Parts: sequence; structure tokens; C-alpha cells
Amino acid sequence: MTAPAPDAPAAVAPHRALGLTDVEYELICDKLGREPNAVELSMFSLMWSEHCAYKHSKQLLRQLPTDGPYLLMGPGENAGAVDVGDGLAIAFKVESHNHPSAVEPFQGAATGVGGILRDVFAVGARPIAVLDSLRFGELDSARSRYLLEHAVAGIGHYGNSIGVPTIGGELYFEGPYEQNCLVNAMALGIAEHERLTRSAATGPGNALVLFGALTGRDGIGGASVLASAELGEGDADKRPTVQIGDPFAEKKLMECSLELLDRELLVSLQDLGAAGLTSSSSEMASKGGLGLDIHVDRVPLREPGMEPFEVMVSESQERMLCVVEPERVDEVLAVCTKWETTATVIGEVTDSGRLRVLNDGEVVGDMPVEALVDDCPLYDLAPEKPSAPIYPAPARTLLPAADTDPHAILPELLRSANVADRRPVFEQYDCLVQSRTVRRPDEADAAVLALPTTDAIGGTHPAIAVSIDGSGRRVACDPYRGTIEAVLECAANLACVGAEPLGLTNCLNFGNPEKPHIAWQLSESVRGMADACRALDVPVVGGNVSLYNEGPEGPIYPTPVVGMVGRLPDAARAGRLGFTVEGDAIALAGPFTPSLPGSELAKLRGEPLPDGLPEVDVAAVRAAQEVVRRAVRRGEIRSAHDVAEGGLAVALAECCLGGGHGARVDFRGAGAEGERLEMLFGEGAGGFVLSGPRPTVAALARELQLTFVGEVGGTDDALAFTLDGDATMSWPLAELREARARGLADAIDG
Amino acid sequence: MRFGVLRFPGTCDEVDAQLACERVGEATILWHGDRDLQGVDAVVVPGGFSYGDYLRVGAIARFAPIMESVIAFAREGGPVLGICNGFQVLCEAGLLPGALLPNRTLRFVCRQVDLVVEHADTIFTNACAEGERLSIPAKHTTGCWYAPAELHEQVEANGQVLLRYAPGENFNGSLADVAGVRNEAGNVFGLMPHPEHAVDPLTGSTDGLKIFQSIHDHSAARAAA
Repeated sequence: MTAPAPDAPAAVAPHRALGLTDVEYELICDKLGREPNAVELSMFSLMWSEHCAYKHSKQLLRQLPTDGPYLLMGPGENAGAVDVGDGLAIAFKVESHNHPSAVEPFQGAATGVGGILRDVFAVGARPIAVLDSLRFGELDSARSRYLLEHAVAGIGHYGNSIGVPTIGGELYFEGPYEQNCLVNAMALGIAEHERLTRSAATGPGNALVLFGALTGRDGIGGASVLASAELGEGDADKRPTVQIGDPFAEKKLMECSLELLDRELLVSLQDLGAAGLTSSSSEMASKGGLGLDIHVDRVPLREPGMEPFEVMVSESQERMLCVVEPERVDEVLAVCTKWETTATVIGEVTDSGRLRVLNDGEVVGDMPVEALVDDCPLYDLAPEKPSAPIYPAPARTLLPAADTDPHAILPELLRSANVADRRPVFEQYDCLVQSRTVRRPDEADAAVLALPTTDAIGGTHPAIAVSIDGSGRRVACDPYRGTIEAVLECAANLACVGAEPLGLTNCLNFGNPEKPHIAWQLSESVRGMADACRALDVPVVGGNVSLYNEGPEGPIYPTPVVGMVGRLPDAARAGRLGFTVEGDAIALAGPFTPSLPGSELAKLRGEPLPDGLPEVDVAAVRAAQEVVRRAVRRGEIRSAHDVAEGGLAVALAECCLGGGHGARVDFRGAGAEGERLEMLFGEGAGGFVLSGPRPTVAALARELQLTFVGEVGGTDDALAFTLDGDATMSWPLAELREARARGLADAIDG
Repeated sequence: MRFGVLRFPGTCDEVDAQLACERVGEATILWHGDRDLQGVDAVVVPGGFSYGDYLRVGAIARFAPIMESVIAFAREGGPVLGICNGFQVLCEAGLLPGALLPNRTLRFVCRQVDLVVEHADTIFTNACAEGERLSIPAKHTTGCWYAPAELHEQVEANGQVLLRYAPGENFNGSLADVAGVRNEAGNVFGLMPHPEHAVDPLTGSTDGLKIFQSIHDHSAARAAA
């Protein structure tokens, strides 16, 4: 074999155009012992991009705890997995598709869902749920409304068509996401333990089979051009780097993959995502410590005349790569034919430790796998706390006259974009398919899915619960404590349905880490996540980092999105958030110290972000969550809702609207006159609104800080407050419902 | 009795339908490429996105090999239930009157809706009472039932409308609030809402079970006769 000849040098150094630095290029030459040719350079540029190599985050991520009592598969595989009992595993992961969605929201969001689903069935798990975490600019911007409408439609289009329910999510609107929206998608899958599949290529001589959609020119350079650089002028020109999704192709691909695994025909399986064949093949080879020969001329193409490098870097969707023993190849191809899925043997496993690309028998690329996968330089961050605020104060939307009037504030908060009813969004998603959904999106703080029971019908079903959260504005105020709050919020959501956390996945959405203040946000946030995970004993099973989320006007709010999965023993006892029984006592429980800076009310008032949030007593919050969880499981309380955006008053209104019951709440003696607004609208971790029979709720006070604040009902379908000085105020539920319903509906239907 | 539940590429709710059928009888999945109905007593054409809903909803599935057998089965009086995409397929196959158009909002909507039972003396609703309200989820983009005036008049005159959306529940804009309609002979029935998603108190209501129970009871009565 002769070494491939380097291409003629171009006028502008091609490695720079592909996003590699001069030093990185020198290192590549060093690893190869020569200059890379065009095929090799394009492959290195992708594998050494931030998106694939995590070169600015890998060192930080080592702080995160990645082991726990329920862990089955940790970071490094396509998705992590935890043990949920009865020999079953739940595989899950969250991933970003931010820049594609900012450029083309429908396809960007749709393929984000498609990509995360492939990650889940690549590990042998049948996808059972999708959640999504979305961030856009303020709703008064036409661009934000456009991005919202199309991203939501794209998620629905893909998830609904493929038969996986979208059971939850979260959605915030903040100015800093105006240019750079965030679209994070999380998927969960179920598998028997022994069915969990790894991606390592093993057995030299085994065949490499590519199956699924044809390979086209779409998405070329997506990982390096889109995902690893800031957004700016001319983004419309980047539209060709966004992939086009076909959920029907993915549905067939998913059923085909699961049948191949069911019949034990595969040695290993890997999905093709960012960086296409380059990344999937080199990851498989690296994990197996082996080499691969890939014949690009055998790859079925959507259009003729594609160059070898284009075949290797194409990000065409709905494709999978598997390793098969030679005698099983015919059977594999037959299953693919059944599912109308194209499948082709495109290469073989070798013991060379090299990734070789061949075209009509001629070697057009030859690289050590280790150089591609492991040798990308990792960069230390240079974090520096900014001396001046990074973000402008939000625009005031509350009339100044209403600033201190709770009666005016509550409906305004319910109407505000971050608090308003999410129904106009979640109604566009099928949350029911697969018949596991025990708690739908508006019924409880976390979604609940029943697990199979050993009794055919009518037995006790264990269940899993899942929640996704992460308020960027809180993290912008205080990256360390804001991130702790996000982790605690997810765990609180699980506690409210009676679930114990088993593991979490995260997506770290930040700006350009080469800037010291962003590096500071990132490192403080990861430190907070690590501390919170350790305090809760919840491991990180996998995740994703999305950096360079900046537009011309600056960085996004630092947004660590946390997706947490838990388990509850009896689905029939899953908690609800709404008040259910007239006369039940209402209590505020937990170590809750509300404060206004950084809250939704502060935002409506146009106040600048504070420098720092109050300290959180994580151990006390964890203890409170455990008591709430136990009370829900035992049926001692009839509703549980954690206090989040908008504070206690909003939480109470949500409990009333969720259950269709009014409430009479007495705040006399609960706080000094000057602290009234803090008490009603302040935010912080650790607070729960519980309702239930007074004696059983009172019994919880032995282990839990708890104050009775009122009673369900007792009014004419209204929420009524009595405040210090015997001031009273009340709101008909119809008025609150209307305010809460209109917030998003006006923007979506308007 | 045994139900046969069809599976096309892109079908999503076949396992849900199978589980619902198994609450009242047995159920077998039937593959779109086969022609053998395996002697089942009733056929369910389930929801989903057969063939990706490409071209037009239900338009491709109607030509699947299995549909030749389903059409023959229906012509011989065999009970056939179409749910959502299955309803669309049966309309395309000419087994049910009318057509399904895009929702008036042009959006996918997933919502629990109340339905009113118009007629209870049928294969598909005999476990219900006339005028009874059923709470069953609906989820679709193309669920606005439509028929030209003359056909609509005929369908109403024949008592073929078995389910209507309760007042205020018709989100898709269906003509005369029609949620489910049968053929003239009475052995083929299609509806947009998903009764198979309303068979277990754990996941919502159990009102949908009455549809499956009705088919079962009808079949059992016929076998006994």
C-alpha cells in the first residue's frame, strides 16, 4: 500500500476553514507522520471539534460523580442506563440541537428528537418517552414566536409520527436566547438488563453493516460549522448544514434495530449522529481497541458523484452502523428487507488499530483510531468572575402601580410567559401512545410511566418518574447555587409523585468557553452540579455539552439542563399537584427561605439580576424531599407541588387550577409586613405545597418543617388570602384560569 | 374470540390496541404484507402514521396486501374497527362514508374529549347506553370528518353516526360533531378518538373498553346463536 498523497496546498489554510487551530494541525501531522489529505483533514476537523471532543469541558466533567447503586451503564455509551428493578433497565440521555434549531427550527428540533431516540435504541432499549427543554427570546419578538411555533411543530412531527410519547418538558423565554434559542431533547428507553448493547467493535473479520436512510450531502460539517462556533451574520447560509428528518424512516429503522437485537444477530450497534460515519466508526473502533476498513464506494448514496470525504462526514439522518459476524450477515440483511430498510456491508473490523477509508480499492484515508478519538488536545479554561454584569436588566412589563399589590401581581405572574399554562404547547404532542402514561403533563410535577407488571392485568405496577429542569436566569445570577437549585428542583418534582431519584443526565448549554467569564460560569456550574449530585447520591449517567451559544448581542444565560429519572413502587399512588378534596388542610412544607432578587416578579419589575443567590442547605432540602416522597407513597397526602417560578402564591394558584378547587389561605403571622411580597412571590429551593387530611399532614411535622396555611375549598370557586392586618383579597378561579391560559395561547394562536 | 390488529410500517398504536383487545379476548398482530387473516373474528385497524402518512393519510395503506383480505372480510359481514389512522384507511378503502380533513387549527392536538353515544344497538356500542357520555382521548392532525350534503343526509338518516363530540368538544371541526361513523351494513366502524387509550384506570378513564367489550359481546352472542 502506498500512503495517500497530500492534496495540493490551498491558498487559505484549509484546516483553519474547518475550525482547527495551527497547533492542532501540527499535532495531526505529528500523529500521522505526514500532512493529512483532504479526506483525513475533514475527518480530523470533526473528531477534534468541540462537539465531538469536548476539548473545553472534558477536564471539568471529571468532577461529576458517575457511579451509584442503580447505575448499569455510565457516560461513554450512546446513552446511560439505571436499574429499575425486575431485571429492567431505563436508558436515557439529553442532547442539544441548538444551532440547527436557531437556523431552521422545524428540522432542527425534529432531528434533535430523532438523534436522541437513536441514541436510546442504539443501546438496545425501546424508546418510551421524550421530553424537551426549550429556550427562546421574549414572546414580544416575532423571531421568538416563529422559533417557538416551528420548533414545537418539529418536535411533535417527529415524536408523534414515530409512536413515542412526549410526556414532559420545560420552556422559558428570556432576552439572551433571542438569537440563540435552545432545543434540548431527552429520551428514555426500556430494556431487559441483558439486552443493553454496547457500541464497541469486536472480532477482526466481522462485517460492518450500514443500514437505514441513504447518504446524501445534507448536514455536511454540522458538528464543526454549526455546533462549535458562535452564531452571527449569514446564518441563513448555514441552512444546508441542517439535516432533514424523516420520522417514517426512523420508525422503520427503530423497529428493525430492535428486531435485530431481539434475534441476537448483532455484535454491537451505534447510531450515526454528528459527524456521521466518521464519528460512529471511529468511536466503535476505539471502544473495541481495533481498526476498521470502510469502503465508501459501497455506501448507498442519495445523489451520485459524492466525494469520499462527503460520504465520511455526511450527517444524513436515520442511519445506524452495526458489527455482524460474517455468517449472520444474510439474516441481518433479511430483517432489514422486512422493514424496508436499506442495508449494506460497507467494511470490516481489522486488528490494525487504524481507520482506513477505501474508494474502489484505493486507500484514500488512513489514520490511527487513537489519534482521531483520544489525541485531541484538551484545553484548560481560564475562568474569571466578571467584574460587571454580563446581562442587561430584563425589560419591565409590570405597571409600576402594581409593584407591591399582590392582588394585581398574581394574575400578571400567571399570565407571564415563564409561568403561563403550557397546554398550547404540550397539546401538540402525543403523550399517550404506548399506554404507560400515568401522569400527563399538567397532572403532576413529574411525568409518571407505569412499568410492566408480572401480573397480567390488575396487579401493582411499579413506575418511573421523570423531570427536566434548569432555569438559566437563576444560573446567570449565581452559576454555582443556580445549578444546585436546578438539580434540587428535579429531585423535588420526583418527590412530589413519590419517586426516588436513580440517575440524571445533563446538557450544559453555555457561551464561548474561551472567554474567561463564560469559563467561570461553566466551571462554577459544573462544581454546583457535582456537589448537588453527591449530596443527593444521584450519579450522572451521561449527557451533552453545547458551547458557543452566543449571538451578536452576547452569550445566552448559562443553562445547565438537568433530566432526572426516578422510581416509585406503586403507580396507582403517584402524586398529583392539584387540590382534590374540599376541606383538606393546606401546608407549606420544607426548608424554604424565599427571596425576590432573581425571581419572576423581579423580572416583571425589570430589576437587574442580583450578583449571587442565597445559600441552599442541600442536606435539609434532601431530608424534606424524602419525607414528602414517603408521604406520597403512603397516601398520607393528596397533593404535592413544589414551589418554583412565581413563588408560593403561584404554586397555590396552580394547585387550585390543577384540581379545580378553590382555597382559603391565611397568612397572618407568617411574616412581617415588609416581607409580605417575599413570602408570596419569593423563590428558592426546598418549598412544597401539600394538601391532605389534617391529622396525617400534621404528623409529618415531626420530621419536616411545616406550617398550616389554609384549607381547600370553603370559598365559591376562588383563591382567597387573608394577610396581616386582616387585609383580604381573592380571585375567582375563572379569572386565574383565564390569565394563565392566555399567556402562551395568545402568542401561539395570535 | 380473537381480534386481529393490523401492523403497517409506521403504525404506532397497534400494541395499545392489542392490549385493549386482550382485556376482553385474544389478539394477534397481522402484518401488512400478508394476506392471511388467520381466522380472526374481528379486525382492528389501529392508529399511527401508516407509510408515514405520505401522499395523503391512509392513501397508501389502503393498497397493502392485507387490506385486500380485510375488504373481503368486511364485505362478508366481519366486524372491522378503525381507530384514527385506521378510520382514515377505511375511508380511503371505501368501507366507510366520508373523508377526514386536516383539523381546523391545522395542528396536531392531543386532548381528552367527551363523546355522546348516539346509538347503542350496534356491534360496536352495545355495552353503552344511548346518550351516555364517554371520556376518551383524541390525538390527530387530520380528524375533521366531512361528507357532501347528500351523503351526510343519508348517513344521518341511516343512523350511521354512532358517536358525536359532546357540545364544546369538537376541536377538529368535524361536520355535525361526528366522531365515529359506521357503514350502512353496520359491521364496519371508524372513529378518530382512541378507545384503546381508555381501558385502564391507571392511565385515565376506562370508557374506551366498552367499544372492545361490545365487539366481544356481539361475537359471543353470534357464536352462541
